[in-house]
Amino acid sequence: MPKLKVSLITGRTINQGRGKEMGKLSKEYLESVVICQIDPNDMKFLGVKENTNVKVITDFGSVVLKAVKSARAPHPKIVFIPYGPWASFIMNPKTHGTGMSSLKGIPAEVEPAPNEKVLSLQNLLNQFRKERR
Amino acid sequence: MDIAIKNGKIVKKVNAKKAKIIDALGMTVMPGGVDIHSHIAGAEVNSGRLLRPEDHVNDVEVKTALTRSGVGYSIPSTFTTGYRYSRMGYTTIMNPSMPPLEARHTHEELDDTPMVDKATYPLLGDWWFVLEHLRDDLIEECAAHIAWMMTATKGYAIKIVNPGGLESWSFGRNVQNLDDPVPNFNVTPREILRGLCKINKLLNLPHTIHVHTNNLGKPGNYVTALETMKCVEDLAEGNRPVIHITHCQFCAYKGSDWRTLSSGAEEIAKYVNHHDHVTLDMGQVIFTDTTTMTADGPFQYGLYNLTGNKWVNHDVETETTSGIVPFRYKRKSSVHATQWSIGLELALLVKDPWKIYMTTDHPNGGPFTAYPKIIAWLMSQVARKKTLSKISKRARRKSLLPSIDREFSFYEIAVVTRAGQAKALGLTQKGHLGIGADADVAVFNVNPEQVDASKKYKTVRRAFKKAVYTIKGGEIVVKDGQIVKPVFGKTFWIDVKTSLPMEVNDDLKRKFREYWTVEYENYPIPESFLHVPAQISVKAEI
Amino acid sequence: MTVITGVTCPVCGTFCDDIELVVKDNVIIDVRNACAMGAAKFLSYAAHRSLKPLVRKNGELVEASMDEAVEKAAKILVDAAYPILYGWSNTSCEAIRVGLELAEEVGGVIDNTSTVCHGPSILSVQDVGIASCTLGQLRHRADLIFYWASNPWSAHPRHIERYTMFSEGRFQKSTWRGYLSRLSGGLSRKRLQRAVNLVLRRDIFTTPEVKRRMPYSMFQKKRKMVVVDVRKTRTAEAADYFLQVEPNKDYELLQAMRMLIRDEELDVDEVAGVPVETLEEVADIMVGCELGVFFFGLGLTMSEGKHRNVDAALHLTRDLNQRTKFLIMPMRGHFNVTGVNIVFTWQTGYPYAIDFSHGYPRYNPGETSVIDILNRDEADASLIVASDPVAHFPRKTVQNLVKNPLIAIDPEVSPTTLLADVVFPSAFVGIEAEGTAYRMDHVPLPLKKIVEPPKTCLSDEEILRKILQKVHKMRRNQN
Repeated sequence: MPKLKVSLITGRTINQGRGKEMGKLSKEYLESVVICQIDPNDMKFLGVKENTNVKVITDFGSVVLKAVKSARAPHPKIVFIPYGPWASFIMNPKTHGTGMSSLKGIPAEVEPAPNEKVLSLQNLLNQFRKERR
Repeated sequence: MDIAIKNGKIVKKVNAKKAKIIDALGMTVMPGGVDIHSHIAGAEVNSGRLLRPEDHVNDVEVKTALTRSGVGYSIPSTFTTGYRYSRMGYTTIMNPSMPPLEARHTHEELDDTPMVDKATYPLLGDWWFVLEHLRDDLIEECAAHIAWMMTATKGYAIKIVNPGGLESWSFGRNVQNLDDPVPNFNVTPREILRGLCKINKLLNLPHTIHVHTNNLGKPGNYVTALETMKCVEDLAEGNRPVIHITHCQFCAYKGSDWRTLSSGAEEIAKYVNHHDHVTLDMGQVIFTDTTTMTADGPFQYGLYNLTGNKWVNHDVETETTSGIVPFRYKRKSSVHATQWSIGLELALLVKDPWKIYMTTDHPNGGPFTAYPKIIAWLMSQVARKKTLSKISKRARRKSLLPSIDREFSFYEIAVVTRAGQAKALGLTQKGHLGIGADADVAVFNVNPEQVDASKKYKTVRRAFKKAVYTIKGGEIVVKDGQIVKPVFGKTFWIDVKTSLPMEVNDDLKRKFREYWTVEYENYPIPESFLHVPAQISVKAEI
Repeated sequence: MTVITGVTCPVCGTFCDDIELVVKDNVIIDVRNACAMGAAKFLSYAAHRSLKPLVRKNGELVEASMDEAVEKAAKILVDAAYPILYGWSNTSCEAIRVGLELAEEVGGVIDNTSTVCHGPSILSVQDVGIASCTLGQLRHRADLIFYWASNPWSAHPRHIERYTMFSEGRFQKSTWRGYLSRLSGGLSRKRLQRAVNLVLRRDIFTTPEVKRRMPYSMFQKKRKMVVVDVRKTRTAEAADYFLQVEPNKDYELLQAMRMLIRDEELDVDEVAGVPVETLEEVADIMVGCELGVFFFGLGLTMSEGKHRNVDAALHLTRDLNQRTKFLIMPMRGHFNVTGVNIVFTWQTGYPYAIDFSHGYPRYNPGETSVIDILNRDEADASLIVASDPVAHFPRKTVQNLVKNPLIAIDPEVSPTTLLADVVFPSAFVGIEAEGTAYRMDHVPLPLKKIVEPPKTCLSDEEILRKILQKVHKMRRNQN
């Protein structure tokens, strides 16, 4: 299976911004934050089509997201995920003494995941709940 | 002599059996201290706090059962500011620099500054409405706008900083003298000063215009200071002052550059001794690490270039600018030591203590907590000599201090730290202990009849550091230098009653969206926004 | 039906105050002047909310009375040795003031969301200072506008219209018309390209050649906009010029610019993926402007180098002031994130990451900041106000947050409230409760109360005050 080493960026999108104001449980919000914007040429390389699933892997975990063609290509080997629970799941917690974890320019790998599902919010949160004291 | 207090006021007498009696025999009793010019709240001060964690880290106030925690040093947090003033027997503080657009911020901080009454001066000298109206010589219309602004921002007096220079700084320039026209507006600093001085009279504001001169902090600027005083000379009536030149030390420099810097105190004092329309405050320099902050953007930029220190600049649309630079006054620097000398020379050479008041322009010359040091210098030639012996040789040679043998009495100290300031501010119920005055009283552990302050200046300094009692509004709030009762203070604001507000308001409304980026209705602060508002109504002559 | 004007928009740091709302029977039925985010908030804020306090019992969140919830929350805080109080950028200054008193009372750590957004910018300001202004100053005067690593089109949708390119100032005119004609030109060019692609059977997504030459508009004497970013954002498309910087290379680019404006030579052909000739042209334009401004976003603070990137940007601005007037401003995200820094600072001297465990404020980001405390697993309880750290902190950090007692005050249901032990659904400040907040340029504005909140929903300020009173009482009884 093809794998692509990328630089991962997280950030705000207008849909995510709009969605969060409609409520963190709204369909609009949840749909807006489970996507991964990829350069069309990189998608070709990975052999994934729009709206099929990819797995994004960092040193801190992996998460399955929906691949979306970036509307503002070219940005080869840069992928973008909107802020949200899914993006946070694979972020680097280290702050290097600044108080802030790294949220942009994280080394990551992307691979197609046609048979895996995007985790629902409930399931994502359940992963934390298991750890409660 | 007994002082009777009831319901927060000084009264003729009270029932001695029922009253709580404070025995102040052998101590100095004064009205609560009044500070006419101290940057304690608002956008500028707070940016200074944010800029300087290193200023706070070694000077902390621990939370107690009664008081909130906080930090110092040169720009203390709000609660700490209130406590420290109160511990020194101060009860009324004037915050001299408020960008009108950010007035809410100033008032939020003043609300969180306990223990003292306070008020704040909106910066109006470079407001577009003022520049345009004075250019067109529309004094009455301009006055109506100022009246609106005073009420809208809950302000107390007209503050003018480097008139014309701030608008110029918005494009990175400055004005050079009183007749240098402001770019794009074609009005001169002289016209601004005269216009606002006339307006101040028309509106019957309790204080005069409060002026930070052009060319502040530049060698040779005593000429500008003198011209500034002269330019409103003809507007005076009787012996009532019409202009207050603030932190005068910073504009009393002779010389053509920093090397040739010397004192212009003699010339300024001479002028002030012969004219009654001017009052001054010192802006005394203390040898310490402090934080300079003024609305004078170009001056602060110059200071940043001089020092290479970190620098904050904050320009406010259509109104003003500001800047912040940390600064250390060093004894061994001839410039800094000369500045130190000039402040004291001014206070000692101006004969009438009712014309010059003790300030450090906190925190520009040093933090207000240094006031006891200044009192010692003013009261004792020995104290002055001691410091003189430690400063830069060149500054010592130039200093006029060795030739001055005047030493302030306790009475004169009371004038320059409270009575004179209250009078200049038009705060009739402050600064004295007469019947009907606010019961703001400070008691210091020094016997004015026995202690020779000239020799025992250390005793005096120690006494003024910590009041034995501070009484605020009739309540004992400090005992033996400790806060025993936290209180809010009042915020004075001026409600100007004019007879022609309506049409001016329409003009203002029309221009509002053009000039600012906020809506007209969101600009004025309602009185309910203030914690303890104290409205002072004045009737304008328009 | 009533129309309420001059409403401030409690969403982003642009904090527009010209919103008009149409209200009927205590419901907002129409919104004017707002962007998509603002409109969504005013129209659908109440779609997903719970109305009653919730307390976790046997693993499930169940409804409880206000008193019970307050009691439980106060007990959690009083029992904790090192609680964290986090959030605050989406509530009023009035609530923040109570929050600080509460943090001091329980000897905890209080931190706000700037710790994970512009915290590094603040660290840089503390090193270098900052030359800034209010936004109107730029509307009236700025003729060169940089958006560096920020994307206002998506994150601050009305920023360009209200304060920069498309706003009308006293000394600078709006460039809106020019943009429209460029836009239609661009659209027809795209259409043409698509047709050509179809005919030639080329892939539509073939990388077009990146334009290196500066467009003519950059040399005209009018307002100009430059975007620097790692990817071509919507904002970049509206700009006169787009500089694409390689990821994590902003620092190099900024330092190179500093050299250029000091008239030094660069002995390389390219910096951060940008040819030096291009940089020289940009530097020339910067030096030649009347008043320039950098708006910078999280692209600087969140990528490699963090506060060092901002250091470089602040230094560049300082240097530029030797040649012309140049200012810089961070693009703050939440509507009151600026306010929270301001209130923290006036009460404690420090803008965020404040530790009260010694009885006085201590500040040492990296040690007293909430992510670090959680990463080290030191906190034993937390109070989250108007924020959603579960959604936005890294996984390991969240694990250490949610394994201890967690109190949430939030008008909305969020991943954080779903995992909390005590939940206070509050009134929406700026819609159902009033207060004060600060725009990104430090201008304070009132938050308004437009409609009545549900009876069971108090404001953040009122809830915090109740908890504070309870804590006072419990601690008095303890002593």
